[in-house]
Amino acid sequence: MNNGIPIEYFLVTATLMFFAGVYGFITRKNLITMLMSVELMLNSVNINFVVFNRYLFPGQLEGHFFSLFVIAVAASEAAVAIAIIINIYRNFQSIDVEKTDEMKF
Amino acid sequence: MNLENFFLMRHELVLTIITLMVLIADLSIHEDKKYKIIALATTLFAINLIIGFFPSLTGNLFGNMYKTSDLQLTMKNILNLGVIVILLQSVTWLKTDENKLKISEFYLLVFSTLIGMQFMISAGSFLMLYLGLELATIPMAALAAYDRFRHNSAEAGIKLILSAAMSSAVLILGISFIYGTTGSTYFDTVAMHYSNTPLQTLAFILFFSGMAFKISLVPFHLWTADVYEGSPVNVTSYLSVISKGASAFILVIVLFTVFNSIAMIWKPLMYIISVLTMTVGNLFAIRQQNLKRFLAFSSIAQAGFILLGIIGASEIGMTSVVYFIFVYIFSNLGAFGVVSVIYYKTQKECIDDYDGLYHTNPKLSLVMMLALFSLAGIPPVAGYFGKFFLFTAAASAGYYWLVFIAVLNATISLYYYLLVVKAMFINKNDQPIAYFKTDVPAKIALIICVIGLFVIGFYSTIYQYIQSISFGL
Repeated sequence: MNNGIPIEYFLVTATLMFFAGVYGFITRKNLITMLMSVELMLNSVNINFVVFNRYLFPGQLEGHFFSLFVIAVAASEAAVAIAIIINIYRNFQSIDVEKTDEMKF
Repeated sequence: MNLENFFLMRHELVLTIITLMVLIADLSIHEDKKYKIIALATTLFAINLIIGFFPSLTGNLFGNMYKTSDLQLTMKNILNLGVIVILLQSVTWLKTDENKLKISEFYLLVFSTLIGMQFMISAGSFLMLYLGLELATIPMAALAAYDRFRHNSAEAGIKLILSAAMSSAVLILGISFIYGTTGSTYFDTVAMHYSNTPLQTLAFILFFSGMAFKISLVPFHLWTADVYEGSPVNVTSYLSVISKGASAFILVIVLFTVFNSIAMIWKPLMYIISVLTMTVGNLFAIRQQNLKRFLAFSSIAQAGFILLGIIGASEIGMTSVVYFIFVYIFSNLGAFGVVSVIYYKTQKECIDDYDGLYHTNPKLSLVMMLALFSLAGIPPVAGYFGKFFLFTAAASAGYYWLVFIAVLNATISLYYYLLVVKAMFINKNDQPIAYFKTDVPAKIALIICVIGLFVIGFYSTIYQYIQSISFGL
């Protein structure tokens, strides 16, 4: 059924990717990079879904479907986020997240 | 499957058709006459509201991916009622010059988020829930950034979309573990295979974090105040009432049907989060000067009260949650209605600006007072009954300390709601907001809110009907 690669390898990779995304989201100051970090998190979840489906439940397709939908949703999310980032750039002349701090507490 | 089965998703289908009609109308109407879309969209939505109340068949569609029952139909009707009030309130704002060319965008975005919420409420699988949640969130960010040339609005938009994307990533990580351990994303199958193994507990906590973000429960509430303050007033009221209400509805359904086998895990979690949410929301609300920010923190505190009904995990608990949100829609929309009317006439939204409002605009002050009394839970208005049933639900499950803390919090909240009432009725002001006439649609919306506040409280059939369709653990 599998090509000799144990399931743990994929799951560890996915987890590393997810937390790399979390780390990037928290530490980066550039809005586009933050968006990329979120995409990384979403893609790591896709790996999870596909791997679970392939290794644990090979008779069905739910995991594959879910990851397809996640890809589509991530694309639309990126489209809206980038549109708003362009608007931010026009308003603040910068896409540094520390500039968008007019409202606090 | 017969074609008639599609009528089960009547709410979503009618709303989709309306959205397309508004889109086509926008293409065919000349630029100078775009304001006609306001009347068109509001009328179409009113028709949708009425169609929603017709009795309907219930059942499942698409192999249990879509479920509908009387409970879900009632939830959708409650949301529709709230949206029509918001549409009426936003007419004044949409008629201003800067919005002249993008009126239809507001309606398209509001309708598509509403479609998302209705699919989310009817979800029978985690895939449907996730898609509905995203359809309800992504256009919402565009709505928050609607005022293109105002810095705060753009800032609110980016804060909403980035934190929403982060939280939904956490949510689907949870769903992926649920899928990995149970082999299905359908609610029925997942419920059969769910137990308190460590991985499944982790999966539940990740899933719950994602949902808690949408309802702005306390460790996940930091986006709320900024987004509420920056968005246009009518979008804020949409966010705080409809979006929050829909997420609370689906959370109740999912907790009671899918995660019922691990109730002993989520009950202590709810206990802690409920106490934290009420306390933090209240304490931060006290120090706010901006009314939108003030109402944002008050809505966080109200979310803490909603958990009180969930924790009982009984039929009364679910009834009280649905009933409380129904009441909360009218009380919060009343308050936001007054804030938006005054903001778009005078550009003022601080509590100090409201000093002496009663002497110049007595009717608006009275509506605001009733709405705030309802939020605080003072007897003659419906908010009192909503809180009372929530407390009953928690107390009947034996959570006396939690009810005690909630009562303390309700008292604290009374203090800051009364600060606003005091500003309007007692404080002296040399230059109060001058007298002005409220536009007719906004006036109708406020009248609906006031009628709602009294009728829902005293007309007990509503509560009994909700109780007859709810279920416990």
